Amino acid sequence: MIKVQQLTKYYGPYRAINDISFNVNDGEIVGFLGPNGAGKTTTMKVITGYIPPTLGSVSVSGFDVVRQSLAVRQRIGYLPETVPLYTDMTPREYLHYMGKLRGMNDSGKRKQRVEDVMAVTGISEMSNRLIAKLSRGYRQRVGIAQAMVHNPEVLILDEPTVGLDPRQIIEVRELIRELGKTHTIILSTHILPEVSMLCQRVIIINRGEIAVDDTLAHLESSLTSTDRLEVLAQGSLAPLKSTIAQVTGVQSLELLTPITGDRSNQYRFLVEAAAGSDLRANLAAALVAGGTALLELKARRLTLEDIFINVTARDEDDAQDDAYYDPATAPDHNPTIAEVAAETADEEVAS
Amino acid sequence: MNTVTVLNKELRSYFGSPFAYIIMAAFLVLGGILFAGAVTDPRGPQAASMDGFFSPLPVLLLLIAPILSMRLLADEQRSGTLELLLTAPVGDGAVVIGKYLASFLLYLAMLALSLVFGLLLSFFGNPAWGIILSSYLGAALVGAACLAIGLFASSLSANQAVAAFIALTITLVLWLAERVALFVDNPNIRSFISQMALFTHYGSFTQGVINTKDVFYYLSITVVFVFMAIQSLQSRRWR
Repeated sequence: MIKVQQLTKYYGPYRAINDISFNVNDGEIVGFLGPNGAGKTTTMKVITGYIPPTLGSVSVSGFDVVRQSLAVRQRIGYLPETVPLYTDMTPREYLHYMGKLRGMNDSGKRKQRVEDVMAVTGISEMSNRLIAKLSRGYRQRVGIAQAMVHNPEVLILDEPTVGLDPRQIIEVRELIRELGKTHTIILSTHILPEVSMLCQRVIIINRGEIAVDDTLAHLESSLTSTDRLEVLAQGSLAPLKSTIAQVTGVQSLELLTPITGDRSNQYRFLVEAAAGSDLRANLAAALVAGGTALLELKARRLTLEDIFINVTARDEDDAQDDAYYDPATAPDHNPTIAEVAAETADEEVAS
Repeated sequence: MNTVTVLNKELRSYFGSPFAYIIMAAFLVLGGILFAGAVTDPRGPQAASMDGFFSPLPVLLLLIAPILSMRLLADEQRSGTLELLLTAPVGDGAVVIGKYLASFLLYLAMLALSLVFGLLLSFFGNPAWGIILSSYLGAALVGAACLAIGLFASSLSANQAVAAFIALTITLVLWLAERVALFVDNPNIRSFISQMALFTHYGSFTQGVINTKDVFYYLSITVVFVFMAIQSLQSRRWR
């Protein structure tokens, strides 16, 4: 179990992380998202004990990362962003070395474990080549092997699938999913579908603050809490509006950017309806019956990407108040996906 | 235990590349020239003590020690493996001392090769083994100090060339302390500064005198710089 409490980290005058708190439960796979420079890597470095926090505390399995650093490091396997390898060693030598450093003193057991880990990560056939001669994909996998060689309780993986080819990406994801059954994993990535595939929970971090912290299951249900339909129809505006509004189940109707020029009599609407009430058939029938031409009709869903883009772009506007932390106005909990989804939806409609 | 792990790994990377062999060969060539020059010098009864080899040894060390030690920590910083070492459940001290010992052992191995000169002497004459042994002790101690300085320099930069240059500069400054002392009028301060000089304490070893204050001086320099290397590494975390 990882507990991050009111963590703040300054690099000189620059504040990389501002008062973030979250927990990661045993056996959870948490996706760590955020734009470059948001503070993901810094947070991970603090959890691994590489850099100390400026304020706040972090504990792993009950051990404080500053005061009981060695106990924490014993329990963590870490794959940094730039894979740290000794290029003058072979993968086997390297894994033995890392294993020894992490207290695997029984040489028989260590030998077995190193061979197992190499088999699992698919580097056995490269085990006797110098790491300097390995391709990017193999090096990445040696890095992952290194993180898991001492069978730690917690794995911290900073962009583990970068530089891999599509087939290797699938293999590594499969591996992470497998590891997730017995390990607690924090996974940082820029590939959003990867999060949907692997993680039970998502933390989106932006400008050093947590923008979203929610479970993926909750997120998925939140994302589909309303049915949103986009309609493109031809006709005059007033009758179109009333026709759509009269369809049973329609909760709200917004005119999106009007189309001008040659197609000046075409209008695009965003229609919201209660979740699960698929209005497409009714809407189409009503429009055709009303004598208007229905050009397009599609369901629109908020994806993780919509949320991500929204929460990370939004803060550019309040960059001003961002510089000063005011506890009076700060939310006392991390925003859930539902709140962000609602806000995202609002802003989209407004646009 | 962890120190030994690091030590083994460092020795393996020294000897796994041409690095160690090139340095040792260069050392033997340069040492051989010095030795041959002294032996063939008609004025010199000092040849029996290998003095011709040991007296100029500090100059060789000035060049060799920074090269031996430059990669120890600089390379870890450059390749990012320092992050791995500092997040492994190993104390920073164990890592640094393991690395230091590796460079020191390589240096001792190199020094041991020069025994061939003593062997040659024993074929053709009667070498003064007492003086030779005390000279070896002195050489080992000076080397230990120079390597510690190099280790500290290596902790300051991710660039090996920069690290080597810093080491060279520190060593030179400590060497030249003798000269600096001459500018000072106050006899107490002058004596203090000249006692700080790196090679002032070396001469007596080559004359067969083992003085505890000289041994203590080199050991202190070694401990201080190894300690500073550990501190410097730890301070990386706070930047």
